[in-house]
Amino acid sequence: MKLALPKGRLLQDTAALLEKAGLGLTGYNESARSYRPTSTKFSDLFPKVFQEKDIPIQVAIGNYDLGICGLDWVEELLAKYPSGDLVKVGELGYGKNDLYVVASRYAGVSSVGEINNGFEKVRIVSEYQNLAELFALRQRLRRFSILPIWGAAEVYPPESAELAIIAEASVGSFAKYDLVPLARILMSKAVLIANRNSLAKAAMSKLLTYIRTTEAVTEEESPMPIVMGGRLKKLPKDDSVIRLALPDGHQQRPTMEFLKEAGIGIRGYSEPLKTRRPAIDMNGTSVKVIRPQDMPSQVANENFDLAVTGEDWLKDHLYRFPSSPAKKILGLGFGRVTIVAVVSEDLPINDVNQLRNQVGRLLVTVRVASEYVNIADKYARDNHLERYKIIPTWGASEAFLPEDADLLIENTETGKTLSKHKLRVIETLFKSSACLIGSNSALSDPIKRGRIEHIIKIMEETAKRG
Amino acid sequence: MKVSKCKGMVDLLPLDMTKFRHIEQVFRDSCLKRGYDEIRTPTLEYLHLFTASGTLTPDMLGRVYSFLDWDGWSGERVVLRPDGTIPAVRLYLEKLESDKITKLFYVENTFTFEETGSERRERWQCGAELIGSSEPLADVELMLLATEVLRELGIGPLMVRLSHAGLIKTLLAELGLGAAEQTEIFDRVLEGDIKALGAIKTDNAELERALALLLDVKGISPEFVGNVRALLGKALPNFEPSLNDLASITEMLSAMDCPYEIDITSGRGFEYYTGIMFQFYSSTERVGGGGRYDDLIPLVGGPPIPASGFALYVDRLMDMLKMEAISYQRVLVKPLASDMSVLKTSLETARLLREAGYITELDLGQEKPSGYRWLLSMPKHGLFQLVDQVTGKKSKASSQAEVLKIMEESN
Repeated sequence: MKLALPKGRLLQDTAALLEKAGLGLTGYNESARSYRPTSTKFSDLFPKVFQEKDIPIQVAIGNYDLGICGLDWVEELLAKYPSGDLVKVGELGYGKNDLYVVASRYAGVSSVGEINNGFEKVRIVSEYQNLAELFALRQRLRRFSILPIWGAAEVYPPESAELAIIAEASVGSFAKYDLVPLARILMSKAVLIANRNSLAKAAMSKLLTYIRTTEAVTEEESPMPIVMGGRLKKLPKDDSVIRLALPDGHQQRPTMEFLKEAGIGIRGYSEPLKTRRPAIDMNGTSVKVIRPQDMPSQVANENFDLAVTGEDWLKDHLYRFPSSPAKKILGLGFGRVTIVAVVSEDLPINDVNQLRNQVGRLLVTVRVASEYVNIADKYARDNHLERYKIIPTWGASEAFLPEDADLLIENTETGKTLSKHKLRVIETLFKSSACLIGSNSALSDPIKRGRIEHIIKIMEETAKRG
Repeated sequence: MKVSKCKGMVDLLPLDMTKFRHIEQVFRDSCLKRGYDEIRTPTLEYLHLFTASGTLTPDMLGRVYSFLDWDGWSGERVVLRPDGTIPAVRLYLEKLESDKITKLFYVENTFTFEETGSERRERWQCGAELIGSSEPLADVELMLLATEVLRELGIGPLMVRLSHAGLIKTLLAELGLGAAEQTEIFDRVLEGDIKALGAIKTDNAELERALALLLDVKGISPEFVGNVRALLGKALPNFEPSLNDLASITEMLSAMDCPYEIDITSGRGFEYYTGIMFQFYSSTERVGGGGRYDDLIPLVGGPPIPASGFALYVDRLMDMLKMEAISYQRVLVKPLASDMSVLKTSLETARLLREAGYITELDLGQEKPSGYRWLLSMPKHGLFQLVDQVTGKKSKASSQAEVLKIMEESN
């Protein structure tokens, strides 16, 4: 019996639930370094820890019999692939995380009905791109685009998107972002899910008895809670302001240090992050903190003039959109990683040719897991891995090998994590470090060009010294 | 593991292609003779062409093949053409718009996702659009064009089922439903829910009587329209334009002996229909459909130009088409020696036979030649030997002209 368990947000409550159920799990807690907890009670139970978002797909394709995750990610999968083998067994009574469609307080709309008249074209950012598309089609939005992002949706409206679709535990949290909720499209809690075929034939009754679900998953009408706040007038747009995007996550600390080295003062860009709109001591420049993965497409769409991201993410973007205007301006030298192709040490494979021969001989489908979907796709294509499928992951990718993927395209700093997980590097794809990116149109803008060149010059000098 | 085709996609085999081309040819000839011009729109269009309200129903939009193009970093999606009419209208507005009547036709594929994969996800249609006329005669011309094509293909017995989008919309409005509810019920009718209209309750006696008649009785003459009008009475003038339209169309169809049936629940297809909706049936099989869509051109950003059109479903027609085994006069020419003079004579003879209308192939080493009426052997010296595979008769000929003569005399 294989059970997929969530990392992150739901971990603590899920661990408590399983503890109460008497599963006797060891190694499933915040500080555990392993992704494979063990059960003292059920010797045939194989639990594995995933990013929450990965769990519905793992259960739907039958890699796991049971899984626990938020209903939001289940519905996100079902929105695009309704005919899969995923069954919602029941709610678990914790992990409230409702999905809201929100707009900026400054956008001048206060209900869903006003969207079509309020905006000529509607850009929707969300981590939930399938639910976002479903919403747009159901609302008959006339002209829309969906910008799938890795996170930080709350900082996009109004400048970079008209609407965002965001999961929050309470509707009250939007006020601090200056956002107005227009609709609640899903009420979500943690759910127990199962694979249809497993339910149909495998003996799971014990486990199903132990993990008590509080109630069936209901598709209830979700009335919009009343929110105080209301709308404000549209803000005047200042076309001369330079819009700079800075990264959160692993790249935040070295970026902070780099800016300090460059003598650029910035308030609020600290750990932990206090605001996604820190103030920078540089005239006519505004800063937003977003995920580095999202920056290339944001720069291509002219939502930002400059952004500090990794060469890896720029490459991933350009492989998907070869004619994108996003381009590297300057290497910054910090945040060095190596992008490698990795297999399990259990496999007798030392290079990609051996992998290809193995695939050709056994006529199997190679499962390639990666956060870098487009880099992984190109690698598999260029190396003629005849039958392959890409499994997108959202972190913790090294846990996929060997059971749930055959090949991993991953970044590594020192290689320690890889060897700890018994993984073998079969090829180095390229080296990557932080870089400043921009688009041609921003660089040729007569009003902005002077200021942009000034920022580039400061950064260039700092990078040279560093 | 064998390599197989994609789920939901269909291979067209040689016999399928013969049928396909036959249908296409009959359709093209009929359109060209009526002054329609052929167009072909691209397979990819922007998704937003189809998302405006009043174009595709939400159910259809939920099953389109949409994705990001290689330059789709803005997040704006493209779509594999889910319908033929909307792209034709887009092409008209972009390239052809004029004050003249424009008549267009096309043979194109459309793509719609279907969950099980057991039905076709790629479908072919023969479509015709008549842009610029609001006359009932235009609708009738389209219906006659379609029925003529179907008759020539030997499809039948034919029945045209008529419904009227204007009539249904007026009905829903007069019943006092809200705008959202009106759209929802109209969509349900279009998606084939024949009970959608019957479930509505009303206190208005005239409306109730008329609705009952429209739902219970299938009219087969213009008199039926008169009867509906009488039941509605003078209290409901909003129905007049639709009823007049339906009356004119049915009068013309009756005069032309075109078999039809008025069934308001029969409308299928697209939210963009505004007037008459017609479905072509052969027995119980729906082989095509169309209607008037006066609001579509303004919806996609053009001026208020009326239009009407239909599509015939090629895949269904192919299943129904009875084609006799193809009786081509096939000839296999077999050189009996490999020197240049024999090859040259063989090739020249093959060319002459083709010019005379025979399908002629050169023997490239077939082990057991089959499917040929004639086998013609070309020796290095002496006479040509001709075998008629049907009668088994063997003949000798001294020249190409003599070969041709023997063949012709055998028919």
